[in-house]
Amino acid sequence: MIKNKVGRYVPLYVNGIKQVAFKGVDKYKPKGNKASPAISSCTDYPKNGNKLVRNLKEALKFSGLKDGMTISTHHHLRNGDTVTNYLFDVVHSMGIKNITWSPSASFPCHEYLIKYLEDGTIHHIEGSLNGPLGKYASMGKMKGTGVLRSHGGRYQAIQDGEVHIDIAVIAAPTADMFGNANGLYGKSACGGLGFALADSIYADKVIVVTDNLVEFPCTPWQISGNNVDYVVQVDTIGDPAQIVSGTTEITKSPDRLLIAEYVAEFMDVAGILRNGFSFQAGAGGTSLAFIPFLKEKMKQKNIKARFVRGGSTKYLVELLEEGLTEYILDGQTFDLEGVRSMRENPKHIMTSPFTSYNFHGKGNFASMVDAVVLGATEVDINFNANVVTHSDGLLLHGIGGWQNCLYAGCTILAVPSFRDRIPVIVDDVTTLCGPGELIDVVITERGIAINPRRTDLIKKVKNSSLPIRSIKEIQQEVYEICGKPEKPKIDRRKIVAVVKWVDGTLLDSVYKVTE
Amino acid sequence: MKITTDIASAGNKSDKTRSDCYITIKKLQRSKKLTIKLKSKVEKLYGADIEKLIRKISSFYNLDGAEIEVEDFGALPYTIAARFETAYKRIFKNETKEFLLPIKKALITSTTKDRVRKSRLYLPGNEPKFHINAGLHKPDGIILDLEDSVHPTEKDAARILVRNALRSVNFYGAEKMVRINQLPLGIEDLESIVPHNVHVILIPKCESKETVLKVDEKIKSIRQRNNIRNEIYLMPIIESALGIVNAYEIASSSSNICALTIGLEDYTADIGVQRTDAGLESFYARSIIINAAKAAGVQAIDSVYSDVGNLDGLYKSCIESKTLGFEGKGCIHPRQIKIVHKAFAPTPSEIEKAKLIVEAFDEAKRKNLSVISIGNKMIDPPVVKQALKILESAKQNFNEL
Repeated sequence: MIKNKVGRYVPLYVNGIKQVAFKGVDKYKPKGNKASPAISSCTDYPKNGNKLVRNLKEALKFSGLKDGMTISTHHHLRNGDTVTNYLFDVVHSMGIKNITWSPSASFPCHEYLIKYLEDGTIHHIEGSLNGPLGKYASMGKMKGTGVLRSHGGRYQAIQDGEVHIDIAVIAAPTADMFGNANGLYGKSACGGLGFALADSIYADKVIVVTDNLVEFPCTPWQISGNNVDYVVQVDTIGDPAQIVSGTTEITKSPDRLLIAEYVAEFMDVAGILRNGFSFQAGAGGTSLAFIPFLKEKMKQKNIKARFVRGGSTKYLVELLEEGLTEYILDGQTFDLEGVRSMRENPKHIMTSPFTSYNFHGKGNFASMVDAVVLGATEVDINFNANVVTHSDGLLLHGIGGWQNCLYAGCTILAVPSFRDRIPVIVDDVTTLCGPGELIDVVITERGIAINPRRTDLIKKVKNSSLPIRSIKEIQQEVYEICGKPEKPKIDRRKIVAVVKWVDGTLLDSVYKVTE
Repeated sequence: MKITTDIASAGNKSDKTRSDCYITIKKLQRSKKLTIKLKSKVEKLYGADIEKLIRKISSFYNLDGAEIEVEDFGALPYTIAARFETAYKRIFKNETKEFLLPIKKALITSTTKDRVRKSRLYLPGNEPKFHINAGLHKPDGIILDLEDSVHPTEKDAARILVRNALRSVNFYGAEKMVRINQLPLGIEDLESIVPHNVHVILIPKCESKETVLKVDEKIKSIRQRNNIRNEIYLMPIIESALGIVNAYEIASSSSNICALTIGLEDYTADIGVQRTDAGLESFYARSIIINAAKAAGVQAIDSVYSDVGNLDGLYKSCIESKTLGFEGKGCIHPRQIKIVHKAFAPTPSEIEKAKLIVEAFDEAKRKNLSVISIGNKMIDPPVVKQALKILESAKQNFNEL
C-alpha cells in the first residue's frame, strides 16, 4: 500500500498487475504507442459477408474462449439486458473458469451472475459494480479485486493496453449478417451503442448478438461490421420495458424540485445561461429535474443553447424540437422519445466515450461543456466527492461518466444535504472519486456552497437572492438536525475494489465492510 | 400504574416508510432486564445514538424489565422519542409525564397578530417526513395537523409527535400553527401543544362563539399554569352553513383571533353541492367570511386549492380570492407556496401608492405634523398601516424571486 498524492492508500498491485498511484489532476501522461489489435485479413472472412454462426456457444468456441480470458459486455440495454446472463450460462456450460468480466456498467438484473462469481466462472469484475454485485464485492466475497473505471477511463484503459479484451460480446438491437449494428431499430431499440465502440475496435474477437437481423446493409452502422468476427441471432436480447422507459418522469419530491430550481437560478445568475451555451444533463433525480426550470428561463430570456449533452430523455428532445438547442450530443438514450429523436433528427447525434470522455483522445467534449449537473453519495468540506460507496462503506454504484464530466466549465453537484438522516456533506469522503479541485458548486435544499477556488463564480452570484453559504455551515446545520454520525467500522486490511482516475492511476481503495 | 396490556407498538413501517420508525415495547413481568433490538437503515452511523436515546427514555419512565424492538427508517431523534413515548403510554395508560428533548433556543420565536399570512402549508401531523424540510419552501405558516389527516386510532401518536416537532424542527421562520381536533378532543390536544412554542391554533368546524371561547379559556389556563409569555392566536375554520350564519359572532368572539378562514370541502358537502372550479356554490359563504372578518378587524383567509398538479388553476384561483378580499390561501403541497405568494403579492401600482403614503407619513413625523396628507388628501392611520403591510409583502416577495 502506498499513499497517493491526495493522501489515499492504494495497493501497488491489483489482480497481479502493477499500478500507478494518482499523481494529481492532469499530472500523469503515459508515453508510448497505443494498444493495437492483431492484423486481420479479409480473406479469412466469408466473401459473401455472412458471419452468422449457429449460436453463442459456437461463436465463443470459434473465438477461442479459454480459462482466464477477459470478456466484455455493454450496458446500453440497461436493466433489460438478457444477453450477459445468457452469455455466462453458456460460458459456464463450456466449463470455462476465471473469466474477467469487463462490463461498461452492471445493473440489478446482473445479480443473477453472483452464482458464477461463487463457482469460479467469473474471477472478478472490471468496470462497474452496481447494486447487488457491489454489495457482494463489499462483503469481500469476490475472488479478485474489482476495478472501477469511468466510461472514459474504460476507453483509456483499452487504448493504453491496461485492459485487453479477448472477446467482446455486443448486444445489438439491429444488425446485419456482416456485423454492422445500431440501436435505433427493432423491438429492443435502445438508442446509441457508443459504449461498445472501443471493444469493437480493440478486442481480439468481436461477437454481435441481435434479435433483429436485417438484410445487408444495416444503416447507420455505429458498430462497423468490418470489426466484427461473428454474428449470432437470438429470439430476444432483452426486456424492452427495462431497456428504455416509456417516458422519463421528473421527480415529484418538492425538496428535489427546490434543489433543481436553485440549479437553474444559479446557472442564470452565474452567467452560464447565455446564447450559444452548453450543458450536460442526466436521467435521474435532480440532474434531470432542473431542465424544465432552465427551459422556462431560456424561453423568457430568448436564449438558445448550441448543444446539450445527454443522457437524452424527452426533456432534451423537447429542447431540440422547440429550437432551444441546436444539437443533442447523446452518449446514452434513456427513453423512447430519445430513441425516436435519434432515429429521426439529424441533429440528435450518437456519440461515444471516445468523442466525449477519453483521456487519450486529442481533446474530448467533456471539457467543452459549460456546465454539468451531477449527483453524489457524499461530498466533503474540501469539495471532494464520492459516487461509488455509501457512508456505511457499501459499494453500490458505478462511476459512469461522472469523473469525466468533472472537466466541464462549471461542475455542479446537486444533492440533498442528508438522506434518511445520513449527512451527505462529510468531513472526509468514504471513497474518493472526484478531487475537490474539479468540483465547483454544491447545491442542496439548505443552501449553495461554492468552491473557494472559484472566486469568479462567488463574485457573480454575490448580490443574488440565492442562499449562498459555506459548505461547513450547511454541514453544521445538518449535524444539528441529524446528529453527528459515528465513523463506520471498515476493515482496511482487505481491499475489495479500487477506483481509477480518468488517466488510469489509482485514486482510492474500497474496503471490505464488516457485518 | 394501570396496565391493560403488556405489549404495544407505535410508529410506521412499510416499504415506503422514511424518517419514521416502528417501536414495540413488551413489558416483562418477572425480569428486570431491558433488552433493545435495533434494526436500522442507518445503524452503522447512528445505531449507538439510537440505543442511547432509548435507554435514556426508559430510565426517565423507570421502565425496566422490557423488550424493546426498534425498526428504524432514518427517523430523527424527535420522532424516535415520540414513538417510544406513544408505545409506552399505550401500555401505561395513566402515565402523564412527557419526555421532552431540550428545546432548541433558536427555534423559540414569536409572532404578531397582523403578520402577513398569504400562505399556510398543511402538514399531516403524524408524518415526520413532511415536517423536516417544510420550512425550506418558505410558507408564511406551517400547520401541523392533528385533525383530518390523522387516523382516529393514531390521535395519541400524532399529538406527541407534533409536540416534539414544535420543539425540535426548524421551520425557518414560518409561523407555527396547529390544527387541533374538533372539540371536545381538541381541548385535550391543547394540553400537549400550548406549552411548546406554538403561534396559532386552528379551530376546525367552528360553528359558534362558544367553541372559540372554550378554546380561548383553555389556552389561558394552560398559559397561566405554565407561565407562558408568548402570544398564541386563534384561527377559526368555518366549514358549515351554520358556521357561516354565525361568522361575525365567531370572528369577534375573542381578541386573540387573528384570522377567519373557510374549509370548502366540508362546507360544500354540508350544503349538499359539488365543489366546482368556478366556485359559484361558495361565493356567498366566502363573501360572508370576508365581510365578517373585516368587520371584526381580523384577516380573511381562503380555503385550499386541492388540484396539486394544476398550478395555473391555483394562480387564477388566488387572483380571484385576492379580488374578493382574501389575504391568503391554504396550501397542501410545497410547490403551491410560490404561486400563492406571487398571486397575493402587491401589484406595482399598489407598491407605488404604498411608498407615497409611507413617505408622507415619515415626513409628517419628521415635521411633527399631526395630520398626514398627500396633496390635499388626508391619510388615516389604518391606511398607513395597510401601506406598510403592502411594502413588507412586496419585500418578502422580492426576496423569494
